[in-house]
Amino acid sequence: MNLRSIPFSAWIGIAGIAIAIFCALFAPVIAPFGERDVVGDVWLPAGGDFLLGTDNLGRDLLSRLIYGARTTIFVALAATVLSFSLGMLLSFTAAVVGGFTDQLFSRFNDLMMAIPTLIFALVVLAVLPQHLWILILVMAVLDSTRVFRIGRAVALDVAVMEFVEAARLRGEGSLWIIFREILPNTLSPLLAEFGLRFAFSILFLSTLSFLGLGIQPPAADWGGMVKDNKDGIIFGISAALIPGAAIATLAICVNLVVDWLMKRTSSLKGGRGDA
Amino acid sequence: MMESGPLTGPVPTDGTAGATHPRSAELSGVPAKPNPASDGQIGGTFWRRFTFRRPLAALILQRLGLSVGLLFAVSLMIFGGIEALPGDFATTYLGQSATPQAVENIRKDLGLDKPWSERYLSWLGGAVQGDFGTSWASKNSVGEQIGKRLGNSLFLAFFAALISVPLAVGLGMLAVQFRNRLPDKIINVVSLAAISLPEFFIGYLLIMFFAVKYGVATFPATVYDSMSFTERLSAIALPVATLVLVVLAHMMRMTRAAILNVMSSAYVETAELKGLGMFRIIARHAAPNAVAPVINVIALNLAYLVVGVVVVEVVFVYPGMGQYMVDAVTVRDMPVVQACGLIFAAFYIFLNMAADILAIIANPRLRHPR
Repeated sequence: MNLRSIPFSAWIGIAGIAIAIFCALFAPVIAPFGERDVVGDVWLPAGGDFLLGTDNLGRDLLSRLIYGARTTIFVALAATVLSFSLGMLLSFTAAVVGGFTDQLFSRFNDLMMAIPTLIFALVVLAVLPQHLWILILVMAVLDSTRVFRIGRAVALDVAVMEFVEAARLRGEGSLWIIFREILPNTLSPLLAEFGLRFAFSILFLSTLSFLGLGIQPPAADWGGMVKDNKDGIIFGISAALIPGAAIATLAICVNLVVDWLMKRTSSLKGGRGDA
Repeated sequence: MMESGPLTGPVPTDGTAGATHPRSAELSGVPAKPNPASDGQIGGTFWRRFTFRRPLAALILQRLGLSVGLLFAVSLMIFGGIEALPGDFATTYLGQSATPQAVENIRKDLGLDKPWSERYLSWLGGAVQGDFGTSWASKNSVGEQIGKRLGNSLFLAFFAALISVPLAVGLGMLAVQFRNRLPDKIINVVSLAAISLPEFFIGYLLIMFFAVKYGVATFPATVYDSMSFTERLSAIALPVATLVLVVLAHMMRMTRAAILNVMSSAYVETAELKGLGMFRIIARHAAPNAVAPVINVIALNLAYLVVGVVVVEVVFVYPGMGQYMVDAVTVRDMPVVQACGLIFAAFYIFLNMAADILAIIANPRLRHPR
């Protein structure tokens, strides 16, 4: 693969993600003001000292946006990594062991998926105390049901291959087969899926925060910033739209990269790539 | 909204029927139209004969049974799963600083001192009759509140579906017609962007432009009993537009994929090579085969709409089920949360079942799973 084969749209996506990650990593260095500092009047218009204006409490919007990138990306990434580890481990186990284990995991997965994700999250978060790690865990478990379904389908295709049978006959254990035979051969389609789940995690986290159930104030987080500033909309103050646009841009960038990855995998397999 | 979108909704077709699978190994090769003369030779139970004579009715009955079973399991999960989670309602309800005596009182007050199996049975018994107990926060009847709000939510979802379904199917067909040319590419890029937009962002964008800048729409979209039908319609214009935009992109992409799948099949190519006109190919060969997947797409997206309603209602301060549920979650009003969760799940399961059954009716090959 050379750099020239990457299409223009994917470059835009990569650039957007790089900027967001840069903001997240170096937030204290680039942000002009502190995350929680009240620096001016309420809802000042953009321009002057405050490039994007101030929010509902007089905090600098740009600084909060930069710090928010940190929280949003960290939580979404943690949830996606966790959901992938969980979903892939369970789905590969189901595919390799088969029989009763497979039935048990798959039927339980069907049951979990019978409840819409957002509704499930609302019900669970109503009971659990509000901690960051609980939020990540809930997001990861709910998302892992989707990973499980895809992972099982992909792994079942590989599990019947000759080299897996050879490994079995060699007397390798299930863990060896999962990590040394199946995982390397399913990585490519699962990579695109990872991007898709990450984009979904960003949107899901933002929605939860917007509903007041995600990341708790005063920590900055894009979904929560929309919630904080939403009352300004009626007065024509667009402060709530800026973090919303940030969420949308990041999600679009991730989707652009995923789109390219998917086309690449389907063309590697000789697919016609149009459907 | 987000990705738990229709692309990944529950599709209970893949062998979920295991528990009630009536089809034995010797019957698995029966022809689509059983020969009536051979009826006498089919032995076995009533259910086996019924499956043989009326495979369609049997499959539908089976799916119905499965959905009811699933709903039962979901109710157990919504109630029992919450019991199993750490944290005590009474303490969370009163806060950390509550005295043990106060906690004890409130437990007795809310009926939490009884064993959970007893509470589950009485809750389920009430839920079947539409009685969901009383709200902890407002002490009102939950069923009464839901009765009012469910109507509002369905009103919103109905109009969103009414607009989005024809639009999505039409645009999907347009994209296929101009495949890989400019209109298709534009539709593709725009829909990819639309999928990535959070609902609340679309909602506030619409409010900013149409309600605040131009003043052509109303915000907040509050409806009350004394409103006339046309007043209601103008109040829900923006929420409906948001829902349409949210669901349109998904539905259109799936419609495009479904139609494209049919159009690139061998029999359509044969028809083309025979020299048939484009209209004839679409009407006689492609359309009958594309109906099933398109209906499936629509049903799945309607299920998605049911969930999308939650965020849109909060954005527009619309008095529906979604707002009721979110409010209840923030104050940890469990009877309301459980009732709303069950109803949302019921709609979701029901629409997925409808998608499944319609697919079976439209595609005879699915009636005889191998």
